[in-house]
Amino acid sequence: MSNFVENAKQAVQGAAQAAMQKAVELAPDSWIPGGRPDPLIDRKHGLIGAQTSRVDGSLKVRGAAPFAAEFPLEGLLYAAVTFSTIAKGRITTLDTAEAEAAPGVVLVMTHRNAPRMRPMPLFLTSQKAAGGDDLPVMQDDRIHWNGQPVALVLAETQEQADHAASLVRVAYEVEPALLSFAEAKAKGTEPGIFMGPMKLEIGDPEAALAAAPHKVDTVYRTPRHSHNAIELHAATVAWQGDTLRVHDASQAVAHTAWSLAEIFGIDESNVHVTSPFVGGGFGGKSLWHHQVLAAAASKLTGRPVRIVLSREGVYRLVGGRTLTEQRLALGARDDGTLDAIIHTGTVAMTPHNAMPEPFILPTQSAYAARSIKLDVEVVKLDMLANTFMRAPGESVGTFALESAMDELAVELGMDPVELRIRNEPEKDPTSGLPFSSRHIVDAYRMGAERFGWSARSATPGMRREGEWLIGMGVATATYPYHRMPGGAARLTLTRDGRVTVEAAAHEMGMGTATAQSQITAERLGLSLDQVTVHYGDSAMPGMILAGGSQQTASIGAAVIAAQRELVAELLKLAGNDSPLAGLKPDEVGGMNGGLAKLDEPDRFESYVSILTRANSDEVSVVGNAPMPLETQHWSMHSYGAMFCEVRVNAITGEPRVSRFLGSFDCGRIINAKTAASQFRGGIIMGLGLALMEETVFDERSGRIMNPSMAEYHVPVHMDVPEIDVIWTDIADPHTPMGAHGVGEIGITGVGAAVANAVYNATGKRVRDLPITLDKLM
Amino acid sequence: MNPFSYSRAAGAADAIRLGAVAGTKYLGGGTNLVDLMREGAEHPEALVDVTALSREIEEREDGGLMIGAAVRNTALAEHRAVRQRYPMLSRAILAGASAQIRNMATIGGNLLQRTRCTYFYDGEGSRCNKREPGQGCDAIDGFNRNHAILGASPACVATHPSDMCVALAALDASVHIEGRSGKRSVPLVELHRLPDGRPDLDTVLEPGELITAIELPALPLASRSTYRKVRDRASYAFALVSVAAALEVESGTVKDVRLALGGVAHKPWRAWRAEEALRGQPASEDAFRAAAEAELADASPLKDNAFKVELARRTIVAVLGDLAGAGR
Ligand SMILES: Cc1cc2nc3c(=O)[nH]c(=O)nc-3n(C[C@H](O)[C@H](O)[C@H](O)COP(=O)(O)OP(=O)(O)OC[C@H]3O[C@@H](n4cnc5c(N)ncnc54)[C@H](O)[C@@H]3O)c2cc1C
Repeated sequence: MSNFVENAKQAVQGAAQAAMQKAVELAPDSWIPGGRPDPLIDRKHGLIGAQTSRVDGSLKVRGAAPFAAEFPLEGLLYAAVTFSTIAKGRITTLDTAEAEAAPGVVLVMTHRNAPRMRPMPLFLTSQKAAGGDDLPVMQDDRIHWNGQPVALVLAETQEQADHAASLVRVAYEVEPALLSFAEAKAKGTEPGIFMGPMKLEIGDPEAALAAAPHKVDTVYRTPRHSHNAIELHAATVAWQGDTLRVHDASQAVAHTAWSLAEIFGIDESNVHVTSPFVGGGFGGKSLWHHQVLAAAASKLTGRPVRIVLSREGVYRLVGGRTLTEQRLALGARDDGTLDAIIHTGTVAMTPHNAMPEPFILPTQSAYAARSIKLDVEVVKLDMLANTFMRAPGESVGTFALESAMDELAVELGMDPVELRIRNEPEKDPTSGLPFSSRHIVDAYRMGAERFGWSARSATPGMRREGEWLIGMGVATATYPYHRMPGGAARLTLTRDGRVTVEAAAHEMGMGTATAQSQITAERLGLSLDQVTVHYGDSAMPGMILAGGSQQTASIGAAVIAAQRELVAELLKLAGNDSPLAGLKPDEVGGMNGGLAKLDEPDRFESYVSILTRANSDEVSVVGNAPMPLETQHWSMHSYGAMFCEVRVNAITGEPRVSRFLGSFDCGRIINAKTAASQFRGGIIMGLGLALMEETVFDERSGRIMNPSMAEYHVPVHMDVPEIDVIWTDIADPHTPMGAHGVGEIGITGVGAAVANAVYNATGKRVRDLPITLDKLM
Repeated sequence: MNPFSYSRAAGAADAIRLGAVAGTKYLGGGTNLVDLMREGAEHPEALVDVTALSREIEEREDGGLMIGAAVRNTALAEHRAVRQRYPMLSRAILAGASAQIRNMATIGGNLLQRTRCTYFYDGEGSRCNKREPGQGCDAIDGFNRNHAILGASPACVATHPSDMCVALAALDASVHIEGRSGKRSVPLVELHRLPDGRPDLDTVLEPGELITAIELPALPLASRSTYRKVRDRASYAFALVSVAAALEVESGTVKDVRLALGGVAHKPWRAWRAEEALRGQPASEDAFRAAAEAELADASPLKDNAFKVELARRTIVAVLGDLAGAGR
């Protein structure tokens, strides 16, 4: 509510301000110590921070936004997949005769007739690698996980393909598979490597823990999670001569294009991947076997192919979050300050991927402990490759860390908010870097006040209404600021004074185009409707992963670089007859649809006038974002304080969240509306993680047993209370626009906030997710 | 999904004629059958749409109801007489599925919906005696948190998933059936089978038999009745345990009671033993607990579902306590 009021206020002020507007100075081209902040930070009442509705809202509401499976192509064939039913072994019989004879079938592709292809380049092994695993894709008779594709059928209709896929007869020679986490651990673990080793020791934490007067030392467990974006994984592919054209559902178009080129041994320029709209990604919409298989089958038939995985297909083919077992030990003095944090444990991955769920990440910079030990060990199971899922590492790592902080607060008899404030570090405790912008204590104070935290009873089980026990819990949310190398954007100014931005970035429902329209319009002195943002096309500049909550900063930095080029070009074009004559780029800025001298706004010429006088239809420039040096000088994160109220039924144990507040510190908020949606969406996903999400993996067969939305529970409307979100809106002077990412932070801390509230309600500490009623009875 | 033919029956006689062909299945709202066909758990060669059967809810003079097999779940739940005279039935239906599914689902189809055991659904990857008699059961030593604690067999530990049927079991409903050899009526509690050695047979229906109606006898005590469903999320989840109960208390003594459980067995579970233990007893928490324990004495939980025994006990006690309290 108050957001609306503020927005209205801002609009009025904005109008008043517009009359005496000043040009916006060009932004710096790097963020290093001694540099100056982005001048957009000082623009308080313009488009930045406004509650702008999504530019694509109307398209989506009308069903006019085309998704990957909705591109009609002449002669399209439909694909269906047959999955393996064993975890490890060899295919001994592969009888495709019945499938081939079924009505409408054009091709049954197996390892016997698939074209020769290289394995998918495994994500993180090279800059543009997008593959979820590096196994051969239908190249031999080996089975590596239960659910691996063993045949792909193409038919004239989807129904014909689905039916024929069920007629492929496969027999296997089964080999013993390693499927049990416990058995694998007993055989020994190996150190996890995730962009470097995940082992670190400062001081002597075990000794400090042993000597500490107050301690918590316990094990937390989180289960596997499967990706359940509402849009099923899909691709429509066609070979146009030597060029592979892919309409994908992707959060990595440039990476996917390069990776497909590697797989098929063709030039990167011969693969064109577009993805104008994505119905949710969350880390799951990268390159998996289905796009590769569709492209291979299209090559064999010479016809375009559409592949849409069934919901079961997504569970079988697309990795999810792996399980974790985390030891979290805290040793504290009487005043609550920490002498030791130990966060170690084991996760499962596979021999064919490289994603050891990095659950220690939040602990790296959370608290000012005098000694710290971190370690992620892995075991490798014969299962589907696990992958990234919203806040990989932090979402489950904060469950352990922030539950343990709550346990310590109980042991100390201290308020859990106070305990966190007492351990607030002055600099990053593991890297030693200063924080670029960390106002988590403010977020805690604001949140506690708004949520009514002071009404909480420190003793569990004190509040009851009828059958319902009521409790409150709190936890810290944290997610790093990322800006990956490779940001680039093209700005094209046309004679009508309009600008388009093009970047190989993605719109998965977060509001990318909307936020970048606001930013670009504000920088260039344009109105929102004069800016159009194009994205989701590998032919566009940049290599901008929609991951790590980095797109806003990455595109933002690229637009800054492009604007420098554009202004230089425009000043050249303006020439000596312009009021701008003789000025250098750094002396001018965008204002009122043109350029003006910073300290003499009367020296102004509109973009229309500059291009018209120069008789130029358009000016088009590409800007490359500078390397993200800022992350080497500062410890940079988004933060939040999560407040939760739960009700636990005293008779049945049913846990229901009744109130939730997220109080965020994420730099400058670019769009109050879309950011709030990101925060809320993250929190809702966190409620799922806390209370119900679990991929049921049968360790006897390696098979996922609940591959459907009926049996794999995510929150439904009735599970989600009204979620309040507030933020500090304090700009980080060391980032583009002063912004931090907002996409992933919302899921972090939620698991612990819920678990801590459950403890406060019932006195029961649940250390293994999800918190289901049987654990509370 | 297999290729199949589709036809619409004009009425019961037409349906029975069309349904006589082997490989034919009746189609109600399709909310369960079509799913199972997609999952490969059912492969009918012909579907006979029976939504043209009666959609009447006829109020009998004695206060009972005759409900046509094609009545939609929503229509039954919303019916005034149901809400007044059999509130547990209305609540049970509304506790199931989603509004969209209830709008499609028919009463006949609801009775015959099949188990949600995930091993039953996993046609390619798992063994299941219900799908393929004699194949073996992967649920018994697998994930069986949602499975049966009462009446299971070494061949099958699946549960019947319907909420509506639990209320019908408590309400002494009977099911009207028509086949080529004529009409018959079966008490609802005898419609569904325990698995024994033939878990592939969910019910006592003969091939080609059609459900035409459900009859609810007048049951004055049902006007004070309720349904409580315990589940993992607030909506859109099957019951871990559910309880349908009606209670009549006179001067502190249980005069009459109806009690049935869901989520615990291969069929909606009428709690005969508990009812018997309660009649004539004081309407006290102790008596409710003793009755629940009598009913659950034979419970034999599996690896993952021991909690259901305690959950059923607590839920029975709470539901009866509420009904007793509301009557005071
Ligand atoms: C996601 C999901 C969640 C659900 N959650 C719940 C829940 O929480 N609780 C619950 O109780 N239910 C739940 N359901 C199940 C739902 O209640 C059933 O699918 C529905 O009642 C079936 O009715 P229908 O008319 O669609 O049956 P259909 O799918 O058409 O048929 C089901 C079976 O009945 C047979 N049949 C239909 N009519 C007749 C007849 N007249 N005579 C003889 N045989 C007939 C069919 O041949 C078939 O075998 C859920 C379903 C879904 C998909």
